[in-house]
Amino acid sequence: MVNKTVQAEAKKRMKEIAKSNKAIIKKFEKEKKRKNVSQIEYQTDMHNPNNILEIDNLHTYFYTDMGVVKSVNGVTLEIPQGKTVALVGESGCGKSVTSLSIMKLVSGPSGQITNGQIRYNRPSGPIDIVKTPISQMQHIRGNEISMIFQEPMTSLNPVFRIGAQIDEAIMLHRPDVKKADVKKQTIKMLELVGIARAEGIYKSFPHELSGGMRQRVMIAMSLCCNPRLIIADEPTTALDVTIQAQVLELLRDLKTKIDASILLITHDLGVVAEMADFVVVMYAGKIAEQGTVHDVFLNPKHPYTMGLIKSKPVVNQEVDRLYSIPGQVPNPVHLPNHCFFKDRCDKCIGACSGDVPKLRQVDYSHKVACHLYEED
Amino acid sequence: MWQYVVRRIFVGFWVLIGVSMIVYSLIRTAPVDYVSTITSGNPEVTQEMIDNLNELYGLNDSIPEGYAKWFKGVAQGDLGTSFVEQKPVAEVISSKMWYSFWMSFPAYILQILIAIPLGVISATKKYSKTDYAVTTVALMGMSLPSFFFAAILQRIFSQWLGILPLSGMKTARVDYEGFALILDMAKHFVLPVMVLTVLGIGGLMRYCRTNMLEVLNEDYIRTARAKGLSEHKVVYKHAFRNTLIPIVTILGGMIPGLFAGAMITEGIFGIDGVGYTALNALRSGDIPYIMGSTMFMATLTLIGTLISDILYGVVDPRVRLK
Amino acid sequence: MAQENINLEKVVTPGQLVTKRFLRNKLAIVGVGILIAMFIFSFLGPLISPYGEYTIFYHTIDGVEFSTENLQGNNPAEIGVTIANKQSPSSLHWFGTDKDGRDIFTRLMYGGRISLTIGFVVVLFQLGLGVTLGGIAGYFGGKIDNLIMRMVDIMYCLPALPIMLIISSLLLAYDVPQDQKIYWLTLVMGIMGWAGVARLVRGQILSLREQEFMVATEATGIHPSRRILKHLVPNVMPQLIVVATMGMGGVILTEAAYSYLGIGVPFPYASWGNMVNVVKDPIILREYIFMWLPPGVFILTTVLGFNFVGDGLRDAFDPKMKR
Repeated sequence: MVNKTVQAEAKKRMKEIAKSNKAIIKKFEKEKKRKNVSQIEYQTDMHNPNNILEIDNLHTYFYTDMGVVKSVNGVTLEIPQGKTVALVGESGCGKSVTSLSIMKLVSGPSGQITNGQIRYNRPSGPIDIVKTPISQMQHIRGNEISMIFQEPMTSLNPVFRIGAQIDEAIMLHRPDVKKADVKKQTIKMLELVGIARAEGIYKSFPHELSGGMRQRVMIAMSLCCNPRLIIADEPTTALDVTIQAQVLELLRDLKTKIDASILLITHDLGVVAEMADFVVVMYAGKIAEQGTVHDVFLNPKHPYTMGLIKSKPVVNQEVDRLYSIPGQVPNPVHLPNHCFFKDRCDKCIGACSGDVPKLRQVDYSHKVACHLYEED
Repeated sequence: MWQYVVRRIFVGFWVLIGVSMIVYSLIRTAPVDYVSTITSGNPEVTQEMIDNLNELYGLNDSIPEGYAKWFKGVAQGDLGTSFVEQKPVAEVISSKMWYSFWMSFPAYILQILIAIPLGVISATKKYSKTDYAVTTVALMGMSLPSFFFAAILQRIFSQWLGILPLSGMKTARVDYEGFALILDMAKHFVLPVMVLTVLGIGGLMRYCRTNMLEVLNEDYIRTARAKGLSEHKVVYKHAFRNTLIPIVTILGGMIPGLFAGAMITEGIFGIDGVGYTALNALRSGDIPYIMGSTMFMATLTLIGTLISDILYGVVDPRVRLK
Repeated sequence: MAQENINLEKVVTPGQLVTKRFLRNKLAIVGVGILIAMFIFSFLGPLISPYGEYTIFYHTIDGVEFSTENLQGNNPAEIGVTIANKQSPSSLHWFGTDKDGRDIFTRLMYGGRISLTIGFVVVLFQLGLGVTLGGIAGYFGGKIDNLIMRMVDIMYCLPALPIMLIISSLLLAYDVPQDQKIYWLTLVMGIMGWAGVARLVRGQILSLREQEFMVATEATGIHPSRRILKHLVPNVMPQLIVVATMGMGGVILTEAAYSYLGIGVPFPYASWGNMVNVVKDPIILREYIFMWLPPGVFILTTVLGFNFVGDGLRDAFDPKMKR
């Protein structure tokens, strides 16, 4: 009988959820459809002019039938000009959604950026991407900010030749390149990412290439317009280990060549140590810890970061059993009102049952959200 | 590729033999034979004459014997002589199929022109009022009985407005020539074409919508957006090209069917095509024509599926037929 | 808040989610409404209607109406008595009377009963044959598969309408009573239509067999019958339900076309198709719209109802279609 009341309750809840979702989504979609948004509305000021991107208290929610999934729940981070920032965490903790929010590619209508600012230091003056209309975003996407996706196998359009897909981006964003030179430019890009037979690849279809080659093509496509910021969303996850190293090497080389900033999303700490200047550790839509690579790797503060580092196998060190963090990421629909990591944490103190901990500074560039480090 | 086609054609022959056996044994068991149709009601006909006629039309053979004779003829390229028309069946079909074609072909083109854009629009605006409206219209087309829709059109356009002929292929007792004749015939084809178009739009439009929705969920569409392409380009270049693969495939498969005629529609509007003639042949027991026309229709169906399989391999760069 | 503690993901079944998506589709709801209304009209209507399916109405010389059911002391054979046919709609006959003097509104109810019943029976029959044969072909493969698939090919190429015409003349020749013809019609339509279902089921089974979870069930040593029932059937089910719903609309349309040609539901039984049949007469087409328009509209509406529901179900079953 308990089951029946639970069922009835569930039905009622689902109805309520559907009703509130509908109202909220309608509001956001209406805002999106607004035409002729004047530039004043999305102009803003950078807090630090040396940053290329500043994310401030970003909230991206998904309004599903099961309730509101708070994928990104108050993320604040900054990407300094010319640096690489790594975003780490387990699967489903909001890394990819953060990156899609920057591009305004969160798949609607269920996914919406509900709050916060994404300040982008545009050459023509800083703007807030959250308020920027899509028509304006189309000049930024692929041109000033470009993205490399996780799945090279499915991210290229199967019916167009490789060359045509890169040509398209160049023609779209680079009026300085003459029509006759577009192909030359594309081939140059393909050679840049280390493709030997660039002429041959130019004419082939995506399905004729291996995963590693396709990821190179994706990288070439994202670099062809000299972006100022590259978002690489787990660029090596789908590739095998030897190719991974090549692709990372490539990214690092290219970064210095075109002087871009990189937001690297990964769950591979090895990649982070190799590539990044700054690290942001995310957990359940919030930032657990952030700082320079040195801060985070040599002096981890948050128990979650410690767990992540401990669960990575280390060469020349004998252990009986590789460490794994006990338990699972909490259900994103029903987040607890205490620290989200409390149930999996082995360092709990009394304060952990209290409020959700806030991010606070522990060192010059090092911030952590944990009750263990609260003063007084 | 060629191996595949040859194997398919080989299998197709066996299928055709199966179809012809079933149809032949069914018509021969049915009692409507041509001789009793033409002799009934004529008191001067004697039993002897009936027997002679039966002998002449080969109706005294047993079913296997008759089938064997028919098959031998077909193997030599002879479909037999139509009882009613007194002309070789192949000749009758090849002259009538063009009437069927000129009725079905405009409908086919109109369907493509109307259904595909509607499908794309309702996919891009899914769950909007436009989507609901387009879907309702399309499903209504799918739910209309052809004879009922034909009646409504006849009532409105021929009887009430009086601007289009009720039925037939050209105005009786008037001798038009040249362009005037074509114009006159075109006028007679307007209503049947309308019927076929409206009936066919629904399926094509829904097919287009479903495929478009599927494609719009793909990763490469997100890539296209991330490149900075406008929504228009994303939908009409990147998504649409992929949606075209399955659509071209089924559209290609429909082409042979354009010659097969539509029995009911042809019957209602008196279009003297393959379907209408077959309907009459069935009623009068014209065995060679029935056999010929069912074989013709079955062959067209087979060719249609073969064409769409081959097209699938041609249009989609990923598929290579084995 | 107590409600907050319910974990919906654990409580809500996939079936409930499908229902939810289905109910959100306005057209599907309209479809359900249409079908319910049609069922009530066709199956409960005859119980309420004061007239019977074959009741013929007459007028006496004085214009008093009586029927074969309620003679009121009149004799239809009497001189001066006329059949009350082709009567315009009135308070006595809401949709008028047909050319033999029967109440059209009442016949619409009986016609609906036949159409809907035939739709159900034929589709069930097609599903039974198609699932069994397609299942056998897909599961066992090899020679059996080859044989069944060639049969499917032949069924695909057989033009349905000519076959139906031949069979109807067969029935006529062997003096099959009118009331039994409906069963033959159902049987033949069932046999002509299973090929599509078989092809679908076989294709599904073949592709499912290749998938990891089926390999896993094999590896864990689950008995074949259980594998089919527990793992294959639920995966084919959604498509079958959609095919069945749309198929019912299709069968009703086909039956109507056969009845229109006079080879479907035989006289004196009412069917929506044979009620539209009268439009073949240009005078009725012009002068007596009330005689053919309502049955046509009823066919259209019912088939539309099935199509709305089928379309809604397809979207609801597809997890990718979530909004």
